[in-house]
Amino acid sequence: MFDFVRNRRFFYLLSAVLLVPGVISLVLPGGLNPGIDFTSGTIMTIQFEQPVDSNKLRDEFAQLGHSEAIVQQSSGENTFIVRTRPLVQAEPDANGVLGNSERQQIEATLTADLGGLQILGLDQVSPLIAEQIVRYAILAVAAASVCILLYLWWAFNKVTHPLRYGTTAIVALLHDSLIVLGIFSILGRLFPAEIELESTFIVAVLTVIGFSVHDTIVVFDRIRENFTRRAGEPFEDVVNHSLAQTLTRSLNTSLTVILTLIVLMLFGGVTIRTFVLALLVGITTGTYSSIFVASMLLVSWHIGELKWLWPFGRMRLRPARAT
Amino acid sequence: MKRLLFILLLTVLAGFVVWPQKPGNYIPGGDALPGNPGIHFGTFSRQGAKLGLDLQGGTQLTLQADMSNVPADQQSSAMQGVINVIQRRVNAYGVAEAEIQTLGQDRVIVQLPGVKDIEEAKKLIGQTAKLEFMEQDPTGQWIPATGQLNGQTIALTGAYLVPGHQQVTFASRAGLPDVAFEFNSDGAQIFGQITQRLIQKPLGIFLDGQQISAPTVQAVLTQSGVITGLSLDAARLLALQLNAGALPVPVSIQGETTVDATLGADSVHKSIVAGELALVVVVAFMLLYYRLPGLAASGALILYSLLALSIFKLIPVTLTLAGIAGFILSVGMAVDANILIFERMKEELRSGKTIAAAIRSGEDRAWPSIRDSNTSTLITCGVLYFFGQQFGATIIMGFALVLAIGVMVSLFSAIVVTRAFLEVLLSQSWAHSARLFGMEIAPNQIGGVVSPRRTAVAGTRG
Repeated sequence: MFDFVRNRRFFYLLSAVLLVPGVISLVLPGGLNPGIDFTSGTIMTIQFEQPVDSNKLRDEFAQLGHSEAIVQQSSGENTFIVRTRPLVQAEPDANGVLGNSERQQIEATLTADLGGLQILGLDQVSPLIAEQIVRYAILAVAAASVCILLYLWWAFNKVTHPLRYGTTAIVALLHDSLIVLGIFSILGRLFPAEIELESTFIVAVLTVIGFSVHDTIVVFDRIRENFTRRAGEPFEDVVNHSLAQTLTRSLNTSLTVILTLIVLMLFGGVTIRTFVLALLVGITTGTYSSIFVASMLLVSWHIGELKWLWPFGRMRLRPARAT
Repeated sequence: MKRLLFILLLTVLAGFVVWPQKPGNYIPGGDALPGNPGIHFGTFSRQGAKLGLDLQGGTQLTLQADMSNVPADQQSSAMQGVINVIQRRVNAYGVAEAEIQTLGQDRVIVQLPGVKDIEEAKKLIGQTAKLEFMEQDPTGQWIPATGQLNGQTIALTGAYLVPGHQQVTFASRAGLPDVAFEFNSDGAQIFGQITQRLIQKPLGIFLDGQQISAPTVQAVLTQSGVITGLSLDAARLLALQLNAGALPVPVSIQGETTVDATLGADSVHKSIVAGELALVVVVAFMLLYYRLPGLAASGALILYSLLALSIFKLIPVTLTLAGIAGFILSVGMAVDANILIFERMKEELRSGKTIAAAIRSGEDRAWPSIRDSNTSTLITCGVLYFFGQQFGATIIMGFALVLAIGVMVSLFSAIVVTRAFLEVLLSQSWAHSARLFGMEIAPNQIGGVVSPRRTAVAGTRG
């Protein structure tokens, strides 16, 4: 049987290798490449009836006072994706009659200069809303973590140190979300136009959190079971056995999910590709972390390797044995 | 056997609910938006699957009400007024299936499926509710009722009402409701002049240019008055509207999303193809790896898809792109309980148990893991749904709802349905082969496992 526990330092190192570049990229200025859901702005998909040069389109937007516009050729025929700051809504004049909105002005000017067009999609978010989305996203992750911690504490209350299970599961889920965020930070720097984070990214991170805990619980559950069945054995052996027993299940479940994600990636359309990629990364690390992070930390905690994290010396971390 | 009949009945019902009008359209290459006949039972009626704006095309507006000038205790009634006004405006505009919902304290989301002229819709919705008092000119036309204030001719509007002071009373005649309203001092001056002029004549009360009431003036009124002759519901609505019309609650557009219907149809088509392929891939994996139990799980997975889709349609759950992705993802996750049970089953088989005993104890042993892990997923769904509701991210709410329904249905399909199918398979003597259970041990080693066949079968039927 493969000795997971003995190699735990190697896995800690591997996690660090995966985490550090992403975290560095995250903390450096421009850490994530946020879409308009987080920064505010307008994103438009315009389809022209005739072929149009993207430079020409860029000039048009500059003349309309949008030199900040990012113009990108899209997959569709004569279709462009244009990102600008939020467009101005129609304002009422002195008589209370609403004038034309900036979008209407742009539409009219482009039609006059470049021929017939259709705005296939438009997304606009004001700074006010963008700020709230970020705040709620952080709150959502925190709330989910606390709820899961409480549930695990309760579900594992028959084992000694139930709080440790909850805590290491949370560390594993933070590990997974941080890896997803880090990888997307790096990807955002490499492919600024393709990797833009919208509110669906929050959905992806939260799903990853759910999956990560789901996976960790299956492993912990086996540890809980073996804890009583294999009473008297060293805790390391109990964990090792539990991991070996759940390994096939962990791999197979991840495999079915990853297969469906690959199908979604290939056939689900461009719109959800970033979302699916985030899930793909997260679910892979979620499987990894349930085995190599959560369980290994549980062992390290039991045999007192984590003492240095608590310099006050009040908590006594003794080598624990299954009782 | 009863259980199997129940499952068959459920399959037929679910199939009936989701059966498409033109099944051929679901084959890759078919139409983008397959029609669906809908379900009708008496008053219960569901028309096709409900698609979000990103799939059927349309506009979503996020409106922010400026509550800075509204006392805290009147904000909720002001908000109700705003919703009523928007509702009326949208109805007047003739948008079918428009949805209006409040978010938190001061935000409204308006969904307008299939709207082409967004600017027109925005103009209509974005205005502040306007309350006007009108009188009739000699030809019977309504013209603004005016009075003199500080030497100027001023039209009387809701701006002169004291915010929140309009209410339903039962003071004047026993049991009949009135709406009492109150002007501020400027309003009282103008109102006095107008009522003096209009004794025994009608005073028109207009909201957004629509006449809501035209009581006859009985006496000279200044600061306050009552409107009589209304039903209770009408009186409540009027008080609400007068408060809303009177309240200066400017509404601004903070976010808008427009999706063209063709873009949405393309997404639907791609999602259907991806969903079908995902199902095929997962079924193939389960068959190859778990063989006979895999076959039972595959049958259960197909029932899972039918059931989940039926529930989406019956509730109905608004399906968005993220929601459909969540459902396709749930197809991959639905077999997790199966995998947990089958792995446990194999362990039990290896330890020398009969197939029937292995199935039973495999389920028992796997149950705590299944329960705890799915509970945590449901907790995450709950948190997602709650926060989605708080910031009006309908995509997040849809995703959470779809995933939660998926988790619950998958527990039923992976445990109850798989077990029933497995029992049917095991009633055949050829099924009692360890190879069909994916065991890698040589036949002679598992002789004890497989026999005695008959007792094994009897055991499962219990």
